[in-house]
Amino acid sequence: MTLAAAADTDTALVLIELGAVVLGLALLARASNFVGVSPIPAYVVAGLAVGTGGLVDLAFTEEFIALGAEIGVVLLLLTLGFEYSAQDLWAAVRASLPVGFLDLVLNFPPGVVAGLAMGWGFEAAFLLGGITYISSSGVVAKTLRDLGRLGNRETPAVLSVLVLEDLAMAVYLPLVAVMLADRDAATGAVSIGVALLAVGAVLLVAFRFGERLSRLIATRSDEVLLLTIFGTTLLVAGLAQRMQVSAAVGAFLVGIALSGPLSERAASLIAPLRDLFSATFFLFFSLQVDPADLPAVLGVAIALAAVTAATKVATGWWAAARIGVGRRGRARAGASLVARGEFSIVIAALGVAAGAEVELGAVAAAYVLILAIVGPVLARYADDLAGSRSPATPAPAGTSTYQ
Amino acid sequence: MSEVRETQLPGTGVRHDFETRQGTRVGVLLHRSGRRDLLVYDEIDPDACLVTVDLEPEDAATLVELLGGSQVIEAVGEAVQQRVQGLAIDWIPLASRSTIVGQNLGDAALRTRTGASVVAVIRGDATVPSPTPEFVFEAGDTVVAVGTDEGIALLTDLIQGRA
Repeated sequence: MTLAAAADTDTALVLIELGAVVLGLALLARASNFVGVSPIPAYVVAGLAVGTGGLVDLAFTEEFIALGAEIGVVLLLLTLGFEYSAQDLWAAVRASLPVGFLDLVLNFPPGVVAGLAMGWGFEAAFLLGGITYISSSGVVAKTLRDLGRLGNRETPAVLSVLVLEDLAMAVYLPLVAVMLADRDAATGAVSIGVALLAVGAVLLVAFRFGERLSRLIATRSDEVLLLTIFGTTLLVAGLAQRMQVSAAVGAFLVGIALSGPLSERAASLIAPLRDLFSATFFLFFSLQVDPADLPAVLGVAIALAAVTAATKVATGWWAAARIGVGRRGRARAGASLVARGEFSIVIAALGVAAGAEVELGAVAAAYVLILAIVGPVLARYADDLAGSRSPATPAPAGTSTYQ
Repeated sequence: MSEVRETQLPGTGVRHDFETRQGTRVGVLLHRSGRRDLLVYDEIDPDACLVTVDLEPEDAATLVELLGGSQVIEAVGEAVQQRVQGLAIDWIPLASRSTIVGQNLGDAALRTRTGASVVAVIRGDATVPSPTPEFVFEAGDTVVAVGTDEGIALLTDLIQGRA
């Protein structure tokens, strides 16, 4: 009797605390929507406030939140994989590979250099490179939508960069997972080979049999489809984790493999679940960051944000120039890409989970906080910064500004 | 008719735009969800949209009704529907170097070889719907075919003499 009663109080407390946490996240998301920014920074701030060394301590639900976060990162990467079909990937590779290369060359090294300069090991520095490299496709897409720029001429250039980054992640994440698994060089090399083969196989399947795969899974019932995809994803993610290539990678590959005709409906079914669990994920990530560590890394984060904002602007500027877009459009394209977000935190979380470097979580949190907020603001005013709207100087005779 | 440009937007949909006779660029962004955006470009900064109107399917139908071309949008809608179900339709010009020039439809065995079916052939101003196996191909014909994306791609290679 007493045991049951105790369990009852426990359940009650867990529900109360969880309800309060989720409601708190809802309020933050509401406030973010009101201001017109992505809710990710707000979730991170919330995690800093309630976590280790924060204002409030979560007594009962930390375990649940940890599991929720694990599901959150899986669903987040599943939907990121959904976003672009194999055809999109292939078209972007053919049309914009040089841009993707420039993107990598400009935005990856700053993170690596900063990491090494702080005396971190190579693994942690390699993770920071990924964090500074990857734009937030979620924040960028939302910004383009909110500012009514989806129809703009520079937008295909922006989207191509995001697609190529997505593809780069398909290679980068398994590499990182294997590096973090901490094995000797020989088994490490084998694991990397296996991981890359798996990525290649998934891309091939998605490209050749994507439609057939979608047709195989397709069903009229939303419920069946939701359960099928959710189950498959968790299963593959779990198996990937078991083989030490990280659950996130497995989920991402499932997303890419299913990004055929089915993905539109599947994505809309998964979206509410993903929103719930990914909010938990961002919260959990920053729960593990001690706010007391932030002041020490703030300078580094600001410098890194400034440098990599500039390199992203340069990337977008060139990408837009290549398709014949004018100065204002180039500035818009560049600034749109500045925002970093969910992918950067996923990479940092992999490092934190593997115990890569104590400061990594704090640097990533501060860096993403800055750029997830600054990025969209910069995107809004970029074209006016680049030049006045009036056609001040006519193009010299014989040259054409547009195409 | 004005020249219409088509641009694929990865993860979003496809955009068509053209320049009006008065020099304003107008476009339609068809989202994968079926929603459409009506785009009006800025004349001073021609890369930017001055106005974006978000149209639900019914709104698009109403607008088309007002503009007086209800058949067109339905045809477009249907084509999109067919793509969603894994069907592709294509119009493919027959190159003179293709091996099927001079062959009849039966001997060319296009469906056996590619999986795509020839549903009509356009020759000059005339259209031959559902050609019989005895129908003989001539260079310059336009072949209308239905099939999967892969089937159409294979068929295109054959008809353009690349395979």
